[in-house]
Order: sequence, then structure tokens, then C-alpha cells
Amino acid sequence: MGGRPLARYLLKRVALAILTLILLSIMIFLAGQVLPGNPGRAVLGPFASRSAVQALDHQLGVDRPLPVQYWSWATGLLRGNMGISYQYRAPVSSFLYPALLHSLKLAAVAFVLVVPLGVIGGVLAALRRGGAADRAISVTGLSLSTVPEFVSGIVLIVLFAIELKVLPVTANPPSGSGPLTQIRYLILPAIPLVLILFGYIARMARAGTIEALDSDYVRTATLKGLPRSLVIRRHVLRNSLLPTITVIATQTGYLIGGLVVIEDLFNYPGIGRLIFTAATDKDFPMLEAGVLVIGVVYLVATLLADILYTVLNPRVRLGGSE
Amino acid sequence: MSGAAPAPGAEAPALEVSHLDISYKVRGADRLAVRDVSFTIGRRDSFGLVGESGCGKSTTALAIPRYLARNGRVSAGTIRLDGEDVSRLGPEALRRLRARKVAMVYQEPGRALNPSIKVGRQVAEVFELAGVPRREAMERSGEALGRVQIPDPRRVMRSYPHQLSGGMLQRVVIAMALASQPSLLVLDEPTTALDATVEAEVLDLIASLRQELHTAILFISHNLAVIARMCDQVGVMYAGEIVEQGPAGELFGQPRHPYTVGLLRCVPARRHRKGVSRLDTIPGFLPAPGEVAAGCIFAPRCRLADQRCTVESPPMYQVSETRGSRCHYHQRAPDLPEADAATVSAGQEPDGPWTGSTTPLIAMRGVSKTFAVRNEKVRALSDIDLSLYPGETLGLVGESGSGKTTLAKVLVGLVAPDGGSALELEGRSLAPTALRRAQEQRRAMQIVFQNPDSALNRRHSVRHIIGRALTKLAGLSGRARQDRLLEIVRSVRMEERHLPLRPAQLSGGLKQRVAIARAFAGSPRVLVCDEPTSALDVSVQAAILNLLADLQGREGVTYLFISHDLGVVRYLSDRIAVLYLGRLMEHGPAETVFAGPHHPYTEALLSAVPSLDGQAGERIRLGGEIPSPANPPSGCVFHTRCPRRLASGLCESTEPPLTEVEPGHAVRCHIPLPELRRLQGKDGRAAELQGAEGR
Repeated sequence: MGGRPLARYLLKRVALAILTLILLSIMIFLAGQVLPGNPGRAVLGPFASRSAVQALDHQLGVDRPLPVQYWSWATGLLRGNMGISYQYRAPVSSFLYPALLHSLKLAAVAFVLVVPLGVIGGVLAALRRGGAADRAISVTGLSLSTVPEFVSGIVLIVLFAIELKVLPVTANPPSGSGPLTQIRYLILPAIPLVLILFGYIARMARAGTIEALDSDYVRTATLKGLPRSLVIRRHVLRNSLLPTITVIATQTGYLIGGLVVIEDLFNYPGIGRLIFTAATDKDFPMLEAGVLVIGVVYLVATLLADILYTVLNPRVRLGGSE
Repeated sequence: MSGAAPAPGAEAPALEVSHLDISYKVRGADRLAVRDVSFTIGRRDSFGLVGESGCGKSTTALAIPRYLARNGRVSAGTIRLDGEDVSRLGPEALRRLRARKVAMVYQEPGRALNPSIKVGRQVAEVFELAGVPRREAMERSGEALGRVQIPDPRRVMRSYPHQLSGGMLQRVVIAMALASQPSLLVLDEPTTALDATVEAEVLDLIASLRQELHTAILFISHNLAVIARMCDQVGVMYAGEIVEQGPAGELFGQPRHPYTVGLLRCVPARRHRKGVSRLDTIPGFLPAPGEVAAGCIFAPRCRLADQRCTVESPPMYQVSETRGSRCHYHQRAPDLPEADAATVSAGQEPDGPWTGSTTPLIAMRGVSKTFAVRNEKVRALSDIDLSLYPGETLGLVGESGSGKTTLAKVLVGLVAPDGGSALELEGRSLAPTALRRAQEQRRAMQIVFQNPDSALNRRHSVRHIIGRALTKLAGLSGRARQDRLLEIVRSVRMEERHLPLRPAQLSGGLKQRVAIARAFAGSPRVLVCDEPTSALDVSVQAAILNLLADLQGREGVTYLFISHDLGVVRYLSDRIAVLYLGRLMEHGPAETVFAGPHHPYTEALLSAVPSLDGQAGERIRLGGEIPSPANPPSGCVFHTRCPRRLASGLCESTEPPLTEVEPGHAVRCHIPLPELRRLQGKDGRAAELQGAEGR
């Protein structure tokens, strides 16, 4: 008993995450090689001479054997060197980090809005199982999650930004504005994400809560004569929300990297848009680094969720004696 | 029913249930699950509700603290707890009633406790609710756990439920239930999920707490012997009604309702032996809940029923001052005819003690199995030498964790034994896994599992399930397959109309018949039965045991029969093998092993079984828990719990060999046979002394 099994579990989990990251980097690298067109030609255009293209290829190092290229790319990454963008002829990192920061801000606002809403909605629906509130929450959640972001986004822009004029139409605050202003600018783009994720999170929270409510231990607690509020707080919620944590974590990847449409609609310079442009421009270093960064974010999020799950769940934390 | 009505001025009985109806709303219609149930439990009395699954016992129990399922409600009648009508209470009053007057303990202790809160906190909640400050609540929790004989309360309080064994958890739940000193303690199958040895301990505990505390008990069980041991008054439930009621001893001694008579006859007793006497069964099925029948609900299954029974619903006849029976012909109930009077089918030799062949069908030599669990080596089987002879039944007994199922799986090749283990079928060596065995060898060995629900594919019909086995194992097709299919289906006493059904449409007993039919499809030489009747009601169990005995008589198949129920094992087995921590402690002819002198572990297993006559002879009890097989005790692995451990220290230091003490009877114990005979025999005083010394 004690902390040892926990430490061993976490160590194993981190090692696994690193291994996943290495495999991911190899896959991304190979995918970049499979894409058609060579970088020199892509940069110099169709009218450049063959020798100029070869010279550029040599300068970029893309004529070396693949393992060598991978090695220099991967070791570069470890030193924080993500390569030079073909398109902008400038270090990838100078574009990637600001874009990542923007995306994280947007995701954070969406998270802060959707997690409490979804969890509270789901728990409420479970407590009123079969009642009007349950049906309203379940049906609304399900319908909203089927509306694509660009549809809800446009409707929201028209409604709140153009008709009511209560929120700005773009996601970009004027430079130098404080955090509150920045958040105000991010609310409108975050809402479509909230609408999509709400149904999903609420459904998981509802299912977990219902399972706990029907369990024998909640019966024990109720028949002990504990007040209902205490039964719910102490005996239901902790067990019911454990699975929800994992679900929330798996949505992180989508929230960080999958927001091309929203970022485009609100003209927001996030990492989704950056990667999308890099792909259309065949800007491989930018593309590879961008995808890898999203992979890292995703892995970190699931790792954190696993750790949280473990810490909250004594069965995993302490192991069994039986 | 228990005693007379309270004298004027006396306090109200602990529980008074009168004319209770409970119905469940299913697809818009109300279905009556409990009908006109009345009983009274006086203060400090104990009342038992007994009956097969689905008869409404638990529903009745849950109605007392008003915890019915969402679609259930009390549709008529009243429940009075300490004189207070439960149905009239508002939410706050109901909460107070639950906190102070009634407590419940139910079947699976592992699920009754919150998995993510430490045990101590969960017990302390009860005291905190009564207004005790937190620190004192924890102290009192420790005392409460001590009262249920938990050896190290502080350690248990710091544990999470998953770190404790089932017996320990049930003690915790009982301690928690008693913490508020309720007027009524409801125990719903409290020991059903536990091993017989642990069950015995928990029952002892409940019995001794009853002496100490002033709590009335409602005890619910499907196990007649457990009820007989624990209760003063008994109500027998069938299809939502109490069909017979009275003092336990009288009721079980001279039952006055055909259902009670039938139930008692289903239980394999000492006088029953396969091949000599069949077990009686109750034909037919429990009516579906809500099915409204004119007349007596038991009439369709009753061999005493006549015209009157199908028309006129019997009232609760007052059979004597203390007893009631809902049967028009309660005087004739004891003369209920047997299900099939033909005791043993013709052409089958009634075999006496096993005298069979000396060439083993299956030989296991030095069979061991080590599992690696979290970097620890767990020795599930250790050096087992055992043979199965043609046409015999070898009963395999032991507590959970003793290695019974592992041995079964090794035998049929589902688990590969450690290197050096030798398995032989008819003198030919068997490969460690089924995949590498010859088709012929695989066909020769089949297995029937405990739970037919998970063993049968839900999506396939009975025809498909058995037919596929015939194709795969017997290589039959077309006409021949069809003929054999019908033959097998009839031999397990099913009918053609069952063929298109899927498992979900069958009752538990029928499902197990399908599993047996499938196992017999390839005409096996050996059938491994791993607790085949444990999930079934006694009347269904009796039918399955009869079936297995018949099939063996007809086909000469050999059984390796695993069960925790010694009565069942005794009925079917020619020889018995006893396992403890993966070691063979004793094996020999069934009668010899049961009659003794036996290994102290066998002795403990036998004395843990509650018997129906309520006369529990001399009991020896196993203290503590079964040790971890990852870290078995030194010397004799049983010494930590052995009540007959030698004072010399030999048991702690040296593992005794498995010695043949009589022809065909081997025991692994340092105590020589004559000494065991003396200890376990008539010389009871010596046994007591030795027992006390061993503690």
C-alpha cells in the first residue's frame, strides 16, 4: 500500500506517452514525405530552373537519406529548433508559438464555459430522470451537437454581433488590450464549441450519475438516513464524475487543433488555421511541427486526466488485495 | 402470526406488515409482485422469509424502509415499524426512520460500500448523523467494528472496500447497520455471496449479536437450512404470497403446504445418492409476475391440486395455534406424491460404494500452475496427483481461491499448466492447451460452467447452439445431425418447441440444460462441471442433478464435479478431492471422506454447513481468512487456520506429505489417523480441549 504503486503506475504512463510521441513524430515525418511535390519546386514555383530547385533542395537538406533527415529534424526539435518555414523563410517557431497561444486561449474559454455547464446539466438530468428537465437537457444537448460550427457560428455572429451588437464580430482584440477584453472577444467564437461539446459531456455525466444513483452503495447511504443532498455530494458525484474526466480530456485535441472553421470564420490566427495553410502551401516544416505540437498537447491532456482519475480512484491508486 | 397480539399497554411489535400488496408498473400496466402478505415480528424476535428467486422476498424487504424501485409502489395494506405507519411519513420523517429504526444488510457486501471512501468514514457517517462530533464518531466506529469481531479495526477503518475480503466487508456492513441500534435489522441474503466457512462465521456473529442487542431481525434467504438455523418464525413465500407460516422447527419438521414439502424434498440430504434415489422436483415454472390466476397460485405445479384449487383461492388456514397454511388440503400436504416415483430408471446399476476400474481414464501427475500477478508468483496449483476413473464422479471441493476452477481449466486445456506437469487421457499424454490436443482428445473432454448466461451466445437459437456443437464435435450433418439433435434435446428433458428460442427466452434451468446438451453433443468421456447448479434455485438444481445422474447412468461419462455445496457434491460423487491453497489436502471415496476421520480442513468445511434439522452437532470454526496464494504459510499451508494444529510446532515447520491412510483414502496431515479418529469421534471432550489449545 501507500504511494509506491502510484509512482510506478505514473512512471509507466509517462514512459508510454513518450513512446507514443516518438511514434507520432515518425508517422508525421513519413507522411510529409508521401505528400506529392518537392519542397524546392514548391518554394521556387514552376518556372524556376531544375538546377536552382536542386540547389535549394540541397540547401534544405531534403536530398539526404530519410533516416538522416528524420534524425536531424527530431534532434532539432529536442533543441527547440522546429526548422525553417518554406513559405515564410523564417523559423517555424516564430509562427507556431503565437498561434498555439491563441488556440489555447480560445480552448480555455470554451472549456471554462462547457465543462461546468455540461456536468451540471448531466447531473441535473440524472437526478430528474425521466422528467421534463431530463428530456429538455438530453434533447437539447443532442440536437445542438449535430449543428456544425460554421452554421451556429454564423447565426451567432448575425444575432449577437450584427443585430444586438453586444459582442465583437471578430475574435481579435485590439493589440495591447487586457485579459478581460480578450476574453470578451473570445466568447462568441467559443459558443459554437460549447454547443457541440455540451451534449456529449452532459450525456456522459448523466450516464455516470445514473449508474451511481442505482448502485447498492447509494442505497446503503440513503438507508443510513443521510439527507439526500449529502448522499449526492458525498456518495454519488465523486464516483459518477470519474469517467467524465476522461471524456473531457479526449476532447482537448479537437479543441486545440480542430478549429479551422471557427478560426477562419472569426478570422482568428490559431494553430488550426496555421496548419491548414501550411498544408495547402506544402510548407512541410510548419505542417510537421504543427501536427506534432497538437499531439503533445493531446498527450499531456490525457496524461493529466489519467493522473487525476488515478488520484481520485482508490482502486487504481492502491491496487487490490484480492 | 408470531405470538399473540400485543397485550394492552405493551409496546408495539417491531414490525407489523398487514395485507401488503406491492405492484410494479411495467409498460403501463400494474403487475402485482407481492400479494396479501401479513406477518408480525415482535421485539427481539427473528422472522425468516424463504422461497425461490422471484417470489417477492426482497421486494417485501425493500418496502419496509420505502426503497422500492422507481416503478414499484405499495398498492394496498400497511407496514408499521414500531407502531408507525411507514407510508404516511413525509420525506424528513422517513429519513429519520431510516436513520434510527431500520437497517439493512444485503447480498453483496462489496457493492454495498462506496468504493472511493475509506471504510472508517462510511461507518462514522452513521454516528455523525446522530450528532456525534467527528473525532468521537471515528472512535465509536472503531468500537462498532470491534463488536463484529474484526481483529484489527484501525487497519480496516483506513482501508478502502476493495482491499478487504467479502467476509470482512459483510462484517463492516453489519457493524454499520447496527451502529444506530435500530429496532429492526433486515438481512437480505447476507451470506449468499460468501464461502461456506465464512458464511458460518457470519451467521455465528449474527446469532451472538442477537443475544447482545435488542434488535428484531427479518432474515431473507433462499437457503432453507440457513433460515432454519437463524429464525424463530418462518414465512414461506411463493409467487408473491406467504403460503405457509409458523415456528421454524415445526414448519420444517412437519410442513403443511405442498410447496414447502416440495422445496424440502429438493434439497439433497444425506440419504440421497445418485443411482439409488432421485431427488424430488417441483414441476412447471413460477408464474410470471402479475399473472392473475383464479384459485390457488401454486395449483398448476401442485400434485395435490384438484378442481377446487383452480377455482377457489385458499385463505390462510389456521393449522394450529401458531401455524397457518394457504392450502385447502393442508392436512394432506405431507403425503404429496413424488415428481417421478420411478426412483431409478431401469437398466442402470444402482452402484454402491465405488468399485470401478483400476485403469484411470485421466491421470494428473505433478500438476502445478503458477500465475504471474503484478510481478508476484501466485501458485494456484501445487503438485496435484489425481486420477479419474471411467464412469465415476470425482467431487472437487474447497473454498474460493483454493484452485478448483484452475484445475478444471487445466484439465480441459483452457489454461496451460507449468512445465513438468503431466496429463494423460487413457494412457496417452495430453498437450498443455486444447488447441494443441488432437480433435479426438478435445471432443472427449467438455466443460459446463456456472453461469449459462455468459456461456451461451445470446444471439443464437437453441437449435443453432447445439447443432453447431454437433457439427464441430461429432462431425454430423444433414439428417443424422437433425436426428441426433432431437435425441440430445430430449435427453436433457427439453422439447422441440424450445429449439427456435434464444437463451434470453429461457429460464435459468433451461439455459443450463442447453449448456449440458451442448457439452454432450460430442459424446464426451469426461465432463467437467464447474458449479453447474450454484446459480439455480433448489427445485431447478434438483432437476439438473437428476439429469446429470441419468446421463451418467446411460452414457457412462466421467464427471469432475466442482461445487461449494457439499450436499450436492455428496449426492453426485463417488470420490471426493479436497483442495486448499492449490494443494490436495485429502481425497478418497465419498462416503469415507464424509464419514471421517477426515483432514481438519475437511472437518471444518463439513461443520460449516448448516443443516436443516437445526442440530449443528459439534462445530469447529476456521478463524481468519484464507492466506494469499502468493505468500503461502510455511509448513502445512493450513496451519494458520487449523483448529487441531499440533503444539509441537511441527505443522509450522514441515509440510506433511499426502499419505494413504486407508486403501484409496489419502490425507495430508501430521496427525495420524487413529488420533484424528479420536479427536473427531465420540471423544468430544478431548476434541474441545485440543481445539482450545490450538487457538
